[in-house]
Amino acid sequence: MMHIRNDHTIPRRVALCSVLTALAAVAGYIEILIPVNWFGIPGVKLGLANVVSLTALYLIGTFPAYLITIIRVLIIGILFGSPYSVMFSMTGGLISLTVMLILKRTGLFSMTAVSAAGGVSHNIGQYLVAYLTLNELKLYYYIPVLIIAGVVCGIATGLLGDAVCRRLKGVKDDRILKGDG
Amino acid sequence: MKSRRRNDIILILLFIIISVIISLFIHFRHEDGMYACVYVDNVLTGRYPLNINETVRINGYLGGTNVLSIEDGYARMTGASCPDGLCINQGAVNGTGQSIICLPNRVVVKITGQEDDGYDAYTQ
Repeated sequence: MMHIRNDHTIPRRVALCSVLTALAAVAGYIEILIPVNWFGIPGVKLGLANVVSLTALYLIGTFPAYLITIIRVLIIGILFGSPYSVMFSMTGGLISLTVMLILKRTGLFSMTAVSAAGGVSHNIGQYLVAYLTLNELKLYYYIPVLIIAGVVCGIATGLLGDAVCRRLKGVKDDRILKGDG
Repeated sequence: MKSRRRNDIILILLFIIISVIISLFIHFRHEDGMYACVYVDNVLTGRYPLNINETVRINGYLGGTNVLSIEDGYARMTGASCPDGLCINQGAVNGTGQSIICLPNRVVVKITGQEDDGYDAYTQ
């Protein structure tokens, strides 16, 4: 899985990171277009952009994954959001990426479970930001919903990311990733 | 590969168990509230006892309106000027600490218990 990295030159990695960042930003935009009222719970998002972070983490490396996540959050925030939404997305994105990185490094879990843990930690991270900014509301009522939603959406994005990675691995000997000019 | 699948299932079950435990905890800590406090743009504008049936019209931020109905100890939104009406979908609440929130009109209805928490208003 990791040998893509070996035959990557720097320009190719830069290009790949840029493409993935653009893809992540588009995924985030598509999610804004989809009305958010899953299972009757307002505000729950699938986290399509997480598919890209996951793919980057598994196929390219840790540093690019962080870079892609940070830039994606900033782009989406500047284009469609507010400083508040950037704060929420950044915290959620970085916490979930860190948790996914740790779980991936243990080697004990498949991509689906890693992504599920990422989804849960993303939601819990956002809950913590909400708790710190509006600490008067007893938001703990929402924690079970957040965990379950994180697991469900995380599994969904994990399966998607797994499929994406498998396909990209399949073409790694092809000219797309190996690059012949 | 086999043990990974087992680990996956353990991890996901762990999440589900944690959320069930938290739900049970919340369920058993539920206590009936005494008042429905209405905040518009973080300013307390009214406090209505839950034991008196009443329908209140709330003038929200920028001319929006909400209708709060108190019935049989439960508070619920029965009308809203905003198009999505999420606050109506939030249903009836009666537990201390529960709330109904209408973001477009910046209206928050919070259920409080017997003792007042001593604050007139909240800001972020």
